[in-house]
Amino acid sequence: MRAIIRIPASIGHYVNDRLWRLGYASRFLFIILIQSGTCLIRPRLVLRETYFIGVQSLIIILVSGMFVGLVLGLQMYDTLERFGSGEGVGTVVALALVRELGPVLSALLFASRAGTAVTAEIGLMKTTEQLSAMEMMAIEPVARVIAPRFWAGIISLPLLTSMFNVMGIFGGYLVGVKLLGVDEGIFWSQMQATVDFREDVLNGIIKSVVFAVAVIMIAVFEGYNSPPTAEGVSAATTRAVVTSSLAILALDFVLTAFMFRGI
Amino acid sequence: MNRTVMDIWVGIFVAIGIGATVFVALRVANLASSTSEATYQVTAEFSNIGGLKVRAPVKSAGVVVGRVTDITLDTQKYVAMVSMNLEQRYPFSQDTSASILTSGLLGEQYVGLESGAESENLTDGGKITLTSSALVLESLISEFLLDKASE
Amino acid sequence: MSGSNLIEVQSVSFAYDQRPVLKNINLVVPRGKVVSIMGGSGCGKTTLLRLIGGQLKPSSGSVKVDGESVETLSASQLTRLRRKMGMLFQMGALFTDLNVYENIAFQMREHTDLPEAIIYDLVMMKLHAVGLHGAYKLMPSELSGGMARRVALARAIALDPMLIMYDEPFAGLDPISLGVIGILIRKLNDALGATSIVVTHDVQESLKIVDYVYMVSDGVVVAEGTAEEIRSSTLPFVHQFVWGETDGPVAFHYPSESYSDLLLGRTL
Repeated sequence: MRAIIRIPASIGHYVNDRLWRLGYASRFLFIILIQSGTCLIRPRLVLRETYFIGVQSLIIILVSGMFVGLVLGLQMYDTLERFGSGEGVGTVVALALVRELGPVLSALLFASRAGTAVTAEIGLMKTTEQLSAMEMMAIEPVARVIAPRFWAGIISLPLLTSMFNVMGIFGGYLVGVKLLGVDEGIFWSQMQATVDFREDVLNGIIKSVVFAVAVIMIAVFEGYNSPPTAEGVSAATTRAVVTSSLAILALDFVLTAFMFRGI
Repeated sequence: MNRTVMDIWVGIFVAIGIGATVFVALRVANLASSTSEATYQVTAEFSNIGGLKVRAPVKSAGVVVGRVTDITLDTQKYVAMVSMNLEQRYPFSQDTSASILTSGLLGEQYVGLESGAESENLTDGGKITLTSSALVLESLISEFLLDKASE
Repeated sequence: MSGSNLIEVQSVSFAYDQRPVLKNINLVVPRGKVVSIMGGSGCGKTTLLRLIGGQLKPSSGSVKVDGESVETLSASQLTRLRRKMGMLFQMGALFTDLNVYENIAFQMREHTDLPEAIIYDLVMMKLHAVGLHGAYKLMPSELSGGMARRVALARAIALDPMLIMYDEPFAGLDPISLGVIGILIRKLNDALGATSIVVTHDVQESLKIVDYVYMVSDGVVVAEGTAEEIRSSTLPFVHQFVWGETDGPVAFHYPSESYSDLLLGRTL
């Protein structure tokens, strides 16, 4: 008998809790936006965080982009060659990267490289009372600590995505042209004829901006709301990377449906 | 970390990022040659457009001269109204004929233009009157079967 | 300016969710004095500091700082009030991404437009006051516990506050650092003409330096008096606390069923 009551109750509790978190997160986003004035007056705060968030993610993004391009080139060439259109490898690699893989993969990498670092750093600042100390010094921690990281993330990810795309296309070029002997002229001209700036490139950039907001928002939110203990921070870090990965994939589906299917 | 070193790194980072975006836009999507040209709009009526889509290329002698911008159904005559933007540098005579063609056997459909003999050229808002519709496989087959049957 | 008391806590109660932490507490801190709030772990001492700093609002009652009721202040008024407060946090709470110099310069840069040369002089003065002007280049991770506490102390007095609050300044320090911090608290208070509140459970060290003591247990003030009065108090709780006895009014055993019943499993 108990289970009959307990199951709906626990579902209700779960839904309630999720909704509450979502509402709380939107309010937090609103507060960040309100407190962003400091970042405009002192761009150096954002610049500093761009170094830690963006520059330090460069290596992983460039290397991964290269390898994804190489593998895509090999696989796609193999498949296309069966239909006798191996020279289309450049088009396929470029389209796959610009529309889908570039934004999604760089956002996933960014979430695990920079997002976790941000969550852990803010969580640790909270645990060691640095945020409280700031508050007692009459300095708003959201303006001084959260907002600069938020904006640095939004600046960094789209740039990193473009770099990922270029490295990937370069990887496809290496495999297609240098290794498998596709004609260089056809490789580029087919790509240029098929890839559309507004439909493909611009939509890819929009995606990466949306992902940037989601990833960095989740990262700062989890860090700022982590329980002030060692376990709390590590749990928050894990939750940040899991939540943002799921958010990226879910958002990607929604955005793709809207952009390329025209629902 | 030294401030100046950090500044330089962030500067390099942003420069590479913007450079990469420009590269993708120009080299991969060929933005420079596709949108910067001035265009003029013409329309054409087709009884059937097959699988023609907005943004499909408009070609003449195989050269891309413009793009389809809009496809609507005229409810007076029940024909498809196809609007297209042609590049200003390619003038076409008023008796130009338009047809819907397919690249390759199963490829994308596009509008093919063939210029006529008249000296007057199409202007912005002009209309192409000579059109031939898309080949629809089903009607081709049924026509073929009818021909066979009547023999 | 209102009277001789900088802080007046008037019948304040506070509860986290349903759990009451402070129950109808009254205490005053006179200007220029060092006042200690003592009590066992988790008795609401830190909560009291947060109420004074305006980070928490009391469920009932009123906290007056310099004549203003903290709980009724707007955000900007609270900001203005906090600029006159310095606080030393339990573990120092130094900004780990800034070096010692930048930690102390932090508030000066945020709140003032002072030229760099003056900031440099001020930072060096504050560091000299705690005896660490030689360590200005170090990062917080390179400091020992006692040094970190002294840097945090220098940071708390960076803007010459009228009120300095210490949250467990003695926790986790070796006996030498302990003595140094104790003397610094007293000397800085007198040199700056400030008022200090020391929240601690380190009885012997704080009794050496404070003017007045409030003893808090279970959210109420159980005893108050000067250091001498506390030392010679015959109240059972105070006696147990000052002399560190294991059993007394604060029981060694967590409340439970009868031990023999538990062993025999009768309550299961």
